[in-house]
Amino acid sequence: MHAVRKQRLYLVLFIVAFASIAIGLIVFALRENINLFYPPSKIVSGEAPVNKHIRAGGCVLPGSVVRSDAGLEVEFAITDGNSQVKVLYSGILPDLFAEGEAAVVSGEVTKDGIFKASQVLAKHDENYTPPEVADMAGDGVDHQKTCEVIPYDS
Amino acid sequence: MAWTWFHQLGSPRWFYEKSTAWLPWLISIALILLAVGSIWGLGFAPADAKQGNSYRIIYIHVPAAFLALAGYYIMAISGAIGMIWRMKVSFVVLRAAAPIGAILTFVSLFTGAVWGKPTWGTWWVWDARITSMLILFFLYLGVMALQNAFESEDAANKASAILALVGTVNIPIIYKSVDWWYTLHQPATIKFTEASTIDPSMKYPLLIMVIGFYVLYATALILKTRTEILQKERKAKWVKDLALAS
Repeated sequence: MHAVRKQRLYLVLFIVAFASIAIGLIVFALRENINLFYPPSKIVSGEAPVNKHIRAGGCVLPGSVVRSDAGLEVEFAITDGNSQVKVLYSGILPDLFAEGEAAVVSGEVTKDGIFKASQVLAKHDENYTPPEVADMAGDGVDHQKTCEVIPYDS
Repeated sequence: MAWTWFHQLGSPRWFYEKSTAWLPWLISIALILLAVGSIWGLGFAPADAKQGNSYRIIYIHVPAAFLALAGYYIMAISGAIGMIWRMKVSFVVLRAAAPIGAILTFVSLFTGAVWGKPTWGTWWVWDARITSMLILFFLYLGVMALQNAFESEDAANKASAILALVGTVNIPIIYKSVDWWYTLHQPATIKFTEASTIDPSMKYPLLIMVIGFYVLYATALILKTRTEILQKERKAKWVKDLALAS
């Protein structure tokens, strides 16, 4: 390769390497802030701020969803397998919200550790299955892997 | 000499004349693949057990997002080749790739929002995947703006090539964002190292759409590059002869 071209090649490599290092360091420094939500174990351990607007995400604990008879109030628990957080919400839940599925809630944690949600989002997993196959798999052998592998009885 | 083809490719006239023969093939392959993929995906693939029919947006969303990322590498590599070898055509490809990539990024953001509303319950959330994709959109717009911001063509080419190179850092961040951080966006369904988590009856039309989008991208890039070559070389004799002949 011609000497001038070689020099320009080094310049190009330098630009890419320098930009990668700079942006890599920024992303590394902000790594906690880039997370969209706190897992329940960080809320229980007190790492998440109290009485401040935050998001929490986890799997909806099967059997924990209690709907009020009169209004739109609903309470449920989300878990990451280690800890659970009780969530109170008043409003319409998204269609894909269900027990044993992932959800992201935004709101505030009160002092007694209850999450008062102002918004509930359903998180879809990476699995796509036709209904017949989902039925055949029964409880879903390979389905909803993220929320399937979690030990709910801890 | 083994490098002849590489240097020939750098000549605008050679590229224009050669690509005339490629275009009919590329256009027909793209149309066939996209027609088969969309009819199969939208009409015959089964509905999803949980999302129903709304999942079908995957047949546009995923191919558009793939090409938005791959197209950025094509743009940045053309910029690097232009900077190192000073080849005329590579800067023209950089200029042509920016608006195509911007459109694809917009399509994947828009279809994602349309799908997010019924599935998640919101059309937008500032998670790492969606935000880094929005940054990609701005990078494409930035390259387009820099291309037009300079009086001298040489300065415009260099500045936009440097921005394109710096922006390549964002591509692995977009790709890995769903694994590195907690996001609302789900992790990848199509996996290269292990089994994909999509039923084969839904996967085959998706793969056809992905290949179709690659061919469509190549077609669009060559068409736009040809237009830019004519614009750039409008004073050259071969372009004048071409205009007179038609």
